[in-house]
Amino acid sequence: MSTYYNEVQELKARYPDWRSAMLPALRLAHEQHGHLSPDALRECAAALGTTPASCEAVASFYDMFHLRPVGRHLVEVCTNVSCALVGAQQVLERFERELGVAAGQTTEDGEVTLRTIECLGGCGWATVVSVDHRYRTHVNAEGVPAILEELRNGD
Amino acid sequence: MATDARTIVLAGADERDLTKLAEYEAIGGYQALQKARAMAPQAVIDEVSASELRGRGGAFFPTGRKWSFVPKPDQNPNPHYLVVNADESEPGSFKDNEIMARVPHRFLEGCLIAAHAVESHHVFVYIRGEYTGPYEVLVAALEELHARLDLRGDVAIVLHRGAGAYICGEETALLESLEGKRGQPRTKPPFPAVQGLYASPTVVNNVETIATVPPIIELGGAEYAKLGVPDSRGTRVVSISGHVARPGNYEIENGLSMRSLIYDLGGGVPDGRTLKAVIPGGSSTVILRGDEIDVGYDFNSLLKLDTAMGSAGVIAIDDRCCMVQLGIRVSEFYEHESCGKCTPCREGTRWMTQILRRLEDGDAAQSELDLLLDVCDRINGKCLCPLGETAAIAVASYVDKFRSEFQAHIDEGGCPFGDSSPLHAVTAPVAQHTHGATAVVPA
Repeated sequence: MSTYYNEVQELKARYPDWRSAMLPALRLAHEQHGHLSPDALRECAAALGTTPASCEAVASFYDMFHLRPVGRHLVEVCTNVSCALVGAQQVLERFERELGVAAGQTTEDGEVTLRTIECLGGCGWATVVSVDHRYRTHVNAEGVPAILEELRNGD
Repeated sequence: MATDARTIVLAGADERDLTKLAEYEAIGGYQALQKARAMAPQAVIDEVSASELRGRGGAFFPTGRKWSFVPKPDQNPNPHYLVVNADESEPGSFKDNEIMARVPHRFLEGCLIAAHAVESHHVFVYIRGEYTGPYEVLVAALEELHARLDLRGDVAIVLHRGAGAYICGEETALLESLEGKRGQPRTKPPFPAVQGLYASPTVVNNVETIATVPPIIELGGAEYAKLGVPDSRGTRVVSISGHVARPGNYEIENGLSMRSLIYDLGGGVPDGRTLKAVIPGGSSTVILRGDEIDVGYDFNSLLKLDTAMGSAGVIAIDDRCCMVQLGIRVSEFYEHESCGKCTPCREGTRWMTQILRRLEDGDAAQSELDLLLDVCDRINGKCLCPLGETAAIAVASYVDKFRSEFQAHIDEGGCPFGDSSPLHAVTAPVAQHTHGATAVVPA
């Protein structure tokens, strides 16, 4: 059996009901495949002992799960009220200009997906940008090139 | 950052690295747990009742009473569960983020004390999926705790990560999600205390509520209740953001004036601007005008102004901002986060956004202002959970408090503020998962 299969069995053992392992198992599959492709959903379903359709039905509810391919890096700019008040839109527009894509798109080389996101819970440290699920705080438009430079050099 | 001398929840975090078990024990950490375990479960509940602690997640329900609703093991033999709501997602609130990141052991000690009180051996902490930082702090703290059988006893604490859904902060949606399903709210009753996780007795508490339990046991309920004001005892970690010079989390004694919150702690409105409005308790609460802040930050004082502390997210808004634009951004948020189960919320939030956009663009007829309020009224009280309801209440309050500004959009055929307002044309997130034809709305 695959490592993924075994890891999901460990996840299931944490809960009184195997079904509670659904989100953790989807997250793990997402991490390994980059997104929840049909193959990833089949693998997840097999490890959980359910159907791919039931996995997809759950996955399609949650914003962190991508059912279509995304860039190798994910840049998410919070544009909810507190961040917007101190210039989140300018931060977003700088990302759009530097990357040459609009919010919701992926760069042609498949490196970066840029999107806006609802409140990240860092309102006092606005603008918050989540880069590969790590928060960058107090981001302003001028700080955008350095973040992208770091991403390019981080491989 | 805590600047008030009355720190309870964040006490010691400025002086020491309380993410380390040894540091936390050095200031008396986990002694409240030993004290609680020497008490009968009911005595712990009584102590928490005496403290008059009320839920810090937003609903402000008395914690001791909530715990007392759980059937005793001889009344219901199913396992009892403690579920901690760490799915902090209310726009304006970021207190639980800092509490978990800075005082993880006080939080875990609270979990163990609460588990003892409600006779549970299983604790699930549902932490929002985006909170990588606090999650890793909790993982490390739990590893330290696992090596200490004397502390953790026979209680298993499981960290469960969400996957991006505001609605999962609603307790029954959270339970659905924890059971591996789409996070849609359940009908109540039955309430979680009777039929919660896996249809078993379940207590759902907020992070800050739980982190307040060890100090209550340590001080004694009556002593804790000396802090604050009637019906709002103790302290509260308040998140201040938006147009203030020093945004951040501040632990205050309940009842401190909002003026003091914004001007003394928050440092006032920067750049010589004036305060136009304040959202007092996260985006789900009724807005206050800038001249309404001479009021105590507590349940009763805010209730007199028809608003609430909610999840203690205070957002200051300066005079450059357009209230219609604010309405659009807030309405878009609830539209995006509506789970789709109840029609008034699913459709109504979308209609609210559409009407607000027409107002902003100068395309709205005079009748649409009343139509907006009518849509709000048709959501309010007609859904299973508070999501749509709070969207309606919040947006209706912008019209109520700033009606002349909304009227000006009709009279002037567009926005008087335009792009001089920071909220002008903000790019909202788009639906991550679209559902074919229903996503396309005819104009």
